[in-house]
Amino acid sequence: METKQTCLLSRHTALGATMAPFAGYDMPIEYNGLDEEHTAVRTTAGVFDVSHMGEVDIQGPEAMAFVNHIFTGDVSTMADGSCLYGMMTAFDGGTVDDLLVYRRSDTDFMLVINASNTDKDLDWIRSHAPNWKVTVTDRCSDFGQLALQGPDAEKVLKDTLDIEGSDLTFYTFKTLADGSIVSRTGYTGEDGFEIYAAPASIMNMWDRLIAAGVQPCGLGCRDTLRFEAGLPLYGDELADDITPLEAGLGMFVKLDKPNGFIGRDALAKQKAEGLKRKLVGLEIDSKATARHGFEVLDECGNIIGFITTGYNSISVGKNIAFALIDAAHAALGTKVQVQIRRKTATAVVVKKRFYTPKYKK
Amino acid sequence: MSKIYYLPSHEYIIVDGNEGRIGISEFAAKELGTVTYVDMPEEGDEVVAGEEFGAVESRKAASDLFSPVSGEVLEVNEELADNPRLINNAPLEAWIIKVKIADPAQLNDLMDDAAYAEFCKNQH
Repeated sequence: METKQTCLLSRHTALGATMAPFAGYDMPIEYNGLDEEHTAVRTTAGVFDVSHMGEVDIQGPEAMAFVNHIFTGDVSTMADGSCLYGMMTAFDGGTVDDLLVYRRSDTDFMLVINASNTDKDLDWIRSHAPNWKVTVTDRCSDFGQLALQGPDAEKVLKDTLDIEGSDLTFYTFKTLADGSIVSRTGYTGEDGFEIYAAPASIMNMWDRLIAAGVQPCGLGCRDTLRFEAGLPLYGDELADDITPLEAGLGMFVKLDKPNGFIGRDALAKQKAEGLKRKLVGLEIDSKATARHGFEVLDECGNIIGFITTGYNSISVGKNIAFALIDAAHAALGTKVQVQIRRKTATAVVVKKRFYTPKYKK
Repeated sequence: MSKIYYLPSHEYIIVDGNEGRIGISEFAAKELGTVTYVDMPEEGDEVVAGEEFGAVESRKAASDLFSPVSGEVLEVNEELADNPRLINNAPLEAWIIKVKIADPAQLNDLMDDAAYAEFCKNQH
């Protein structure tokens, strides 16, 4: 498969970024160091190129009903100009993708989907669209995207890009005169903004932010930041064979909304019968880090699940992880073990949110 | 005089007589980022050519370590337990284990300095 590139590739290369393929794109992993970039977002501000993310417009007289049909959240109760996080699920309740829905009006929505799932999602959405009075438009190549994240984000947005952010509350957005979209959203556990704009405009904004001394941040710290804040990543905590309920995302699944949604019945049944496995946080007594796929064992050594994400946490200073394990072992305080290559480390079940997010509500 | 050889998985062995110091190359250290932990075998363990004997971890990833040769572990670099960043500072000095080389003929299967430099050029 040919590697795709974002509009900012030449900028990343010029900054000396370590590049790696991610979701089919040649993406920056880090610039001057993951820890430094992570800390910049936690203490001041950092900017990420997230142009690989996918955008899909759903428009037409039945747009609201159609989005509600394919999405776990209820978009009928959203205000225009607001965003809502949720999932698309398959008929068996497995997760097709997690996404943000932007509501421009009850006939005009934008879905922001994971780069790794763009083709799958578009096929899925289009396969259900023919019964509805909607048009589905792939906007992926129309938009580049920046995420400006950190406690200083609002000030940087105003001072450097001359965009007023103070009028946006958490999970709301506005459309600028040139068609760019600015939302108070992010994936770091910090205050921040995401900007969707034409590639030329994204390049211009990136250059101004870098010239102003804003820290460029790669996907390396994007993952450590979202992990500490307890946010899932599709492919780790969510997958075709992991339901949102298993991933602990029940609050984003409106089982009782009018007319249901694809996957609703399977999820309602799973909830009624009780979850067999759950996503938990683990604090691990080991200098080595438990990585995705490592086995989790009970105290007797029986396999009870696997690690979905693990890091030596920068903010917490310990080896911590998310793991999907048998529900019988998921209570807080339960002692388990993690197989880290040839060694077995003891671990304890803790809350999944390792870092308390500092959003502007 | 010591001589250095490499595996395609970026481990080096610096050979001094029948002893070798095994670590990771500058290329590998740079790719990995700041090293946070080195998972090492114990003195007296046997390592096998081409087989995993430990791992080097950075914040973002763990990278298995493969042994260039077979032999007994004579010493592990205890300094790395407290200061794994030595691997980033000077990878060729921050060896991970010292081994007694069981079969010097295995060195013929490895890349020398020039071959490895050429190999790294084609890694991106």
